[in-house]
Amino acid sequence: MVAAVMSAAEPRAAKRRNWMTSINAWLLLLPAIVLLGTFTHYPILSTLYHSFFSLGRGGTSNFVGFENYAYMLDDDVFWQVLRNNIVFALATVPTSIALALLMAVWVDKKIAGRSFLRLAFFTPTVLPMIAVANIWLFFYTPGYGLLDQFLKNFGFASNNWLGDPSTVMTCLAVMVVWKEAGFFMIFYLAALQTIPPELKEAAEVEGASRWYFFRRVTLPLLMPTTLFISINALINSFKLVDQLVIMTKGGPNNASSLLLYYIYEVAFTFQDTTYAATLTVTLIAILAGVALTKFVYLDRRIHYQ
Amino acid sequence: MRQKDHSVETIAAWVLALLWLLPLAYSLWSAFHPSEYATRFDLTAPLTLDNFVKAWHQAPFARYYLNTLMLVSLVLVCQLVIATLAAYAFARFKFFGRDVLFALVLVQLMIMPDVLIVENYRVISALNLLDTIPAIALPYIASAFGIFLLRQTFKGVPNELVEAARVEGASSFGVLWRVFVPLGKTTYIAFGLVSVSYHWNNFLWPLIVTNSVESRPLTVGLAVFGAPETGVDWSVITAATVMTMAPLLLAFLLFQRQFVQSFMRAGIR
Repeated sequence: MVAAVMSAAEPRAAKRRNWMTSINAWLLLLPAIVLLGTFTHYPILSTLYHSFFSLGRGGTSNFVGFENYAYMLDDDVFWQVLRNNIVFALATVPTSIALALLMAVWVDKKIAGRSFLRLAFFTPTVLPMIAVANIWLFFYTPGYGLLDQFLKNFGFASNNWLGDPSTVMTCLAVMVVWKEAGFFMIFYLAALQTIPPELKEAAEVEGASRWYFFRRVTLPLLMPTTLFISINALINSFKLVDQLVIMTKGGPNNASSLLLYYIYEVAFTFQDTTYAATLTVTLIAILAGVALTKFVYLDRRIHYQ
Repeated sequence: MRQKDHSVETIAAWVLALLWLLPLAYSLWSAFHPSEYATRFDLTAPLTLDNFVKAWHQAPFARYYLNTLMLVSLVLVCQLVIATLAAYAFARFKFFGRDVLFALVLVQLMIMPDVLIVENYRVISALNLLDTIPAIALPYIASAFGIFLLRQTFKGVPNELVEAARVEGASSFGVLWRVFVPLGKTTYIAFGLVSVSYHWNNFLWPLIVTNSVESRPLTVGLAVFGAPETGVDWSVITAATVMTMAPLLLAFLLFQRQFVQSFMRAGIR
């Protein structure tokens, strides 16, 4: 009898406790949910929504189906900035990774002035891109700038580095590699420090050369770090456009413009917000693609638990 | 042979490091010397603070500093409070909809506010907040990244500590405040340093939503000041550039180890 009453009361009490826990948890999450909803989820959905409309006169908008997308596919500038973005990623990602690895290997060893070297490599990471752009802008200034002054010594003529479509991308890529390599270095450094020293001793006993050891042992062990850095660098190449505002405004003739910068121009200079929304959908799709690749191929081992 | 290898590498490393410091060294040179020495490297060139004085008087940098300070503190305080509460819920409560909700939070890691500028501008303008400091901060103060980091940390807190606090009669909030928050100290420092550097340096979004001296942060102020149309002298622009980056740079030089470790911890997550 008593047992029967207890077993009936227990689930009810447990149920109520579960309810209380749920309400508590949701209350704790409320500020985060409201803010993320307003500034992440709602904007993503409304970007998609607006990409199917066109701006009419007097602020009214008309449903146009896929017209904006058809326009985008016909838009030469869109294809150019997309190509620029890919070229920019291909130029900056492998270079900064290679340099980061080289820096990390040096700094990991007992090299003279190790902490100074690490400091020198890492410093650009903490500087604002806008300040960096100002400094490098002066390097590239035709005639008066440092690069031209330096090359003059060797008899080269002055060059409009940022005004020439054939050099502008390289100039920007060099600057971004300079800014990012030191950041990636620290991840390699952390990974290098987890490689057991016994491996190296064993290799030395076997008479393996340093290069052989690096190629056959170190490099494979660093693979997860390399993938992690590549993804981050790739995402950065799509979301970092501050330098363009200062240095080139996407010019000359869109030769240095990137997708996000084009979105900024379309939305805030040409005031065509629905077309900007269409372009944003493309950018979101690219970022989601990169993130999903990362999730499916890389994070299998790292569980979000 | 080995010995030679090493010295060649040491030299190469030093050359690269000096090359890496060159842009910074150059900006300091130009900022602290009269403009006729901007590209003339003469060790006898006189040092001067004139460029800083000029920059300070030609644009309201004091106000820009204040704006940036208000911005980074507003962002950091809100981020820490909101992320702590959310991380606590995710790490320590079992409730209906938890996994879906967490997946929704992670969406922000993949699609950051930096790319949602068009729609966020609409939202901010609908809220009537354009050209204010909260407008710059709002899209960032619920940080998926912060929630993620703190959740990891909170999950590692041993159950015995929680039970002990409960036995002493601590409430849910009491446990959070007296057990979880103190144990999350390293994570808070790591996240805080990364957040402050990020928002000190952030540019595109503040450029879009601000339009006046009263709300512009340093980065936007510097861009407006240094625009080629203004015809400001190069050395003065570099002085302004140095002013913009000086606080973070000094903090970095003083707390190098913490910076590097924080960036690493936050990046590896």
